[in-house]
Amino acid sequence: MSNLQSQDYIRISATTVTPPAARSWEDQVAKLIDVTRCIGCKACQAACMEWNNLRDEVGFFEGTYDNPLDLDPHTWTLMRFTEYENPKGDLEWLIRKDGCMHCEDPGCLNACPAPGAIVQYANGIVDFISENCIGCGYCVKGCPFNIPRISQADHKSYKCTLCSDRVAASLEPACVKACPTGAIMFGSKKDMTDWAGERVIDLKSRGFENAGLYDPPGVDGTHVMYVLHHADKPSIYAGLPDQPKISSTVEFWKGLLKPLALGSIAFGVVAGFVHWITAGPNEVQPEDEAEANHLLASKGRPTADPSRSIAEETP
Amino acid sequence: MSYPKGTIIRNSTPARLNHWLTAACFVLLTLSGLSMFHPLLFWLSSLFGGGQWTRAIHPWIGVVLFVSYCGLIVQYFRDNIWRREDLEWLRAINKVIVNKEEGVPEIGRLNAGQKFVFWSMALLVPALLLTGLVIWEYYFGRATSIETQRIALLLHSMMAIAAILVWIVHVYAAIWVRGSMRSMTQGYVTAGWAWRHHRKWFRDLVETDSPGPRPITNERGRK
Ligand code: HEM
Ligand code: SF4
Ligand code: SF4
Repeated sequence: MSNLQSQDYIRISATTVTPPAARSWEDQVAKLIDVTRCIGCKACQAACMEWNNLRDEVGFFEGTYDNPLDLDPHTWTLMRFTEYENPKGDLEWLIRKDGCMHCEDPGCLNACPAPGAIVQYANGIVDFISENCIGCGYCVKGCPFNIPRISQADHKSYKCTLCSDRVAASLEPACVKACPTGAIMFGSKKDMTDWAGERVIDLKSRGFENAGLYDPPGVDGTHVMYVLHHADKPSIYAGLPDQPKISSTVEFWKGLLKPLALGSIAFGVVAGFVHWITAGPNEVQPEDEAEANHLLASKGRPTADPSRSIAEETP
Repeated sequence: MSYPKGTIIRNSTPARLNHWLTAACFVLLTLSGLSMFHPLLFWLSSLFGGGQWTRAIHPWIGVVLFVSYCGLIVQYFRDNIWRREDLEWLRAINKVIVNKEEGVPEIGRLNAGQKFVFWSMALLVPALLLTGLVIWEYYFGRATSIETQRIALLLHSMMAIAAILVWIVHVYAAIWVRGSMRSMTQGYVTAGWAWRHHRKWFRDLVETDSPGPRPITNERGRK
């Protein structure tokens, strides 16, 4: 996406100063994907391609309904199909719309080294600002959901924008508009959470006793949430992480290590300087030259002309 | 290169070229790497033509550094082998550090401090290459798992910091001990310098009538 700044930032990648924060009266938004109502028609996938002008290369059929097989710089959302046999021995066809979860605490943004390449708006949407992206792929390591994809053509990272351009103009995301069953809803995070609560009650009454809302606390919640029939085991939905959180490796690398590293480099330089002004340079003395020349002469080797001291002009 | 009368050759011309190629790569890697390491230093990426260029060029400079450092290993490893007197020299480090030479044991071509720098880099540079390859998005972005890449990235930045600290020690030592800089630019030192700082090396050179940088060994394996 481009940097229109039509919405307000609350987080900016690789920035040590406070982002502009005055206009703060904005609702947190959320997209609610009700997996239990999805029929796998892929209208949302097509709508995403159409609104964002994305056309992936035609790939190969690998014997599954997943098409294309994975997210890609040209595929920002993707239906993932799972044939799940429940404990009663019945087949359940689980269809999950995969894509960026718009984490409240986004690992991609924390990991990104380029100022302003990833931003989070006041409404919670996490957006990649392509003109600032340097293509390093750190966001891939930061993300707990395996979402960002780096283009081999332009070295920029891509993912779902939650249609930040549409939302800024008070439109719902394209996928929401296209869904024929109402499985994708969009609104304030509170409204979506309330609505999900009703859905969960309904599902429980129909025998899905583990139905629930997927709004993982490990990343402080997400702005894309799922209603799952089996919220006790998210991973059966094509590997949706059970307890996503930013990897502790990434936390340490982007946390403690940064001040520690700069501090120790500064310490090294200062220590050198202090040594220089206390102990001072180690210089060759005339006695050294005399002793050395004595040894050289004893072996009949030429010695330096004493009237022209080389040692003095030493840099 | 002609050397003034009575001086000792300390670093051969190929070794000096090799050294400065390594140094240039190291400085460029430090600047470009640090720009991606800390937001406060991102401005360093302007030196390379912006963030995209910095990201693209850093790993390639790393490959050149690795090849170049291998050259230094080949040329210097014999004089960096640990010897008994190195330990004694280390015991006298409190004298060395305040420029007192009395009571410091005579040492060969390189002292324990120089050997520490050499072997640290001999370990860190290949390790930086290895972890660097794992996190090289364009070529190897899909070659390893994301978890592996996370660990490689953390190790790469920690080892880079370690290498930079070793490098600060190295550069400061070159400034501190007057005359060492010339040994790496023009290649020679005065006899007095060799006597003062590497007396064992100096004695070996004189004994075998070698102009430097290494004693002449005959076929029987004498020094
Ligand atoms: C020896 C071969 C090396 C290779 C192949 C290599 C490769 C890489 C790669 C691929 C990255 C990620 C950014 C990018 O794609 O450009 C990176 C980051 C970095 N490199 Fe290297 N590098 C090497 C050596 C070095 C050396 C010698 C230093 C400094 C002493 C260094 C310091 C850094 C730093 C500080 C970062 C940023 C890490 C972070 O963001 O935390 N690298 N390197
Ligand atoms: S799902 Fe991944 S890419 Fe999306 S906001 Fe969270 S960390 Fe970033
Ligand atoms: S590739 Fe990802 S982490 Fe790197 S600059 Fe672009 S958005 Fe930031």
